[in-house]
Amino acid sequence: MDLRFTQEEIAFRNEVRTFFESALPESIRRKGLLGQRTSKEDLVTWQRILNRKGWATPMWPKEYGGTGWDAVRYFIYKEEMNRANAPEPLGMNVHMVGPVIIAFGTEEQKKEFLPKVQNLDLWFCQGFSEPGSGSDLASLKSRAVRDGDHYVINGQKLWTTNGHRADWMFGLFRTDTNAKKQMGISYILLDMKSPGITVRPIITIDGNHYVNEVFFDNVRVPAKNLIGEENKGWTYAKFLLGNERVGIARVGGTMSRVAYAKMIAAKTMVDGRPLSEEPRFREKMALIEIELKALEMTNMMVVADMKKQGVNATDPRTSVLKIKGSELQQSITELLVEIAGPNAMARQVEYLSGESNDSIVPEWNATAAPNYFFTRTVSIYGGTNEIQHNVVAKGVLGL
Amino acid sequence: MDFDLSEEQRMLKESVDRLLEDRYSFEQRKTYTRAADGWSRELWKQYADLGLLGVPFSQDHGGFGGGPVETMILMEAFGKALVLEPYFATVILFGGAVKIAGSEAQKADLLPKVAEGKLLGAFAHSERDSRYDLADVKTTAKKDGTGWVLDGEKTVVIHGDCADKLVVSARVSGGQRDKDGLALFLVDAKAPGVTRKGYPTQDSLRAADITLKGVKVAASDVLGEPGKAYAAIEKIAQSAIQALSAEAVGGMQEMLDITVEYLKTRQQFGVPIGSFQALQHRAVDMLVATEQARSMAMFAAMMVDEKDAEERAKAISACKVHIGKSGRYVGQQSIQLHGGIGMTLEYKVGHYFIRSTMIEILFGDTDHHLAALARAGGLIPAGTTA
Repeated sequence: MDLRFTQEEIAFRNEVRTFFESALPESIRRKGLLGQRTSKEDLVTWQRILNRKGWATPMWPKEYGGTGWDAVRYFIYKEEMNRANAPEPLGMNVHMVGPVIIAFGTEEQKKEFLPKVQNLDLWFCQGFSEPGSGSDLASLKSRAVRDGDHYVINGQKLWTTNGHRADWMFGLFRTDTNAKKQMGISYILLDMKSPGITVRPIITIDGNHYVNEVFFDNVRVPAKNLIGEENKGWTYAKFLLGNERVGIARVGGTMSRVAYAKMIAAKTMVDGRPLSEEPRFREKMALIEIELKALEMTNMMVVADMKKQGVNATDPRTSVLKIKGSELQQSITELLVEIAGPNAMARQVEYLSGESNDSIVPEWNATAAPNYFFTRTVSIYGGTNEIQHNVVAKGVLGL
Repeated sequence: MDFDLSEEQRMLKESVDRLLEDRYSFEQRKTYTRAADGWSRELWKQYADLGLLGVPFSQDHGGFGGGPVETMILMEAFGKALVLEPYFATVILFGGAVKIAGSEAQKADLLPKVAEGKLLGAFAHSERDSRYDLADVKTTAKKDGTGWVLDGEKTVVIHGDCADKLVVSARVSGGQRDKDGLALFLVDAKAPGVTRKGYPTQDSLRAADITLKGVKVAASDVLGEPGKAYAAIEKIAQSAIQALSAEAVGGMQEMLDITVEYLKTRQQFGVPIGSFQALQHRAVDMLVATEQARSMAMFAAMMVDEKDAEERAKAISACKVHIGKSGRYVGQQSIQLHGGIGMTLEYKVGHYFIRSTMIEILFGDTDHHLAALARAGGLIPAGTTA
């Protein structure tokens, strides 16, 4: 047992760190540090920088532009990216639709989509959730009916993140209404400019626009955009669930928020001295750091196992990463609001979205409240923490 | 980065697991508690034969040459079985003190005897008023020719009643809470002037209050340089915490396993109570706490020999806080999820709850270590760029 990184891994970390420090545009780095949102152009710019380096889709198979890194190297890459306050390459492209096309797509689909997915020439959004289908996703109702060499789609998707920015959607649609609910679903790619699609914004409690409702009214989609076999879409969607585990805890991101919180607490005066010197504040912070250290160790152990044995879908620690990881992301955003105090009160939607850099309050407090509000979502998306509890109770504890 | 056990470590784990599986059922354990010492001399000999008593000592000193990971393996197994024998007092504390502070001659004399199971030891450090302050020592050591004379009272000395030899801390100079002026002495437990009052502790182990009245100690029985022992005492406590953390994890895993088993078998309203979601989620939270505690025990094993004293102290404090909190949570929930049966001495889960409560108190509780870590600035440095 050797609990530390090897010399080669340390050298690799330094290489990654140096690259991120030099390659990340300063305007994007500042947005990350100050908790502002990146624009579509920011993300496209950054993903293309990464892609030129060959690092946009490191875990794809080498023949499709992956790096061949092991899990430890990938872990280092993710942690360093968080540490550098760099945005991550678009998850819907890199972790969601890309791997499904690689695993289940035709040669033609691979040739057509993969390079564009990788370079963010096509921005994909996910069309899974519906008004009546959240945690119980397999109950989804939007229909795709075969009509010659097309599908005709009718229905509604909800919580479509970046639906307004996306060029394409990968979605789940019901193609067989008589089969058991998981069996009648198909995985289909569609152009968001197709006639009959309406995207309506939903403004979240932080005041920003990420998510949307998407309505389909007799939308005609070429049948060649079906991935794999008809009615097998649920299997393909579930294949993704085990796909992205290394970064699920977001330890690096929370660590960088902790370092940030400590920095601004030192600038925040309470009763004539810095908040960072208050014992009660220091203990609150220390408790977060302790939990985070435990999570970091858990993460490293999972990654070390993955390097040897590959993904183990029943490893209970994966759910620990999701549950504790989301709780800690939330804890630090709560603390940032407490640090900001009354400075958290000014609502500045343009500052948050990055459209403006003028803030009424000190800029290091300006996004505290909206980021706290928005981070409530991390224990909801990707299977709520309660669903995670159900999964562990059944799958691991056998209850 | 590699978290797999080496071949030797795996064999160590297998041999201790097998022994405890054979010899440490809850019923067998009960018979050991009824022995004169409150534990089994016969098993102690078996530990010696298997080489377990020399695990942390170098091969020159009759040991296994193991480090913190080997200690973690053993203590986790002991925690799972609720072992009664004085391994922690003799090997970790007494042996640790000799290893950390002793001269080559002292190590060569004492450690092989510990490893062979021929010498029981204890660490007589804490006093009535000292609570968790490692520097708070009133017991005095006065120069007497070439040797020393000790006077004072030591309290809650773990397994102090059965020990053959004690490591005693005493003050050679300075005020009651000064870090300067401390010294460590080897004292025969039966030396003239030593009075021991043994008693049971909550967790079925034993402790003693020890009075020292004009106890003469030869110069050759001083551990390290008199007056400069604080750093060694701190290191002994850190090693103790590392070991206790692993023991705590073994106990938590067992509480989780026992509880989950109970949820599957106990029927109410015509169904196993484990079919109720409120109880399922509680059990999962116990699992999360246990896994995180395991990670922290691993972190402690990684950091306990760290050269940077400040980083080492912070890491050990962080670990103790986590172990304290998670142990308390898992212990309380394991009782709650059992209901009435969890309250009885006849059933095992309560014994784990008691032990985990004692572990939280030993060598600084959660509040003590949280305050220490907070004062030291936490684990993550403040950011510098704006």
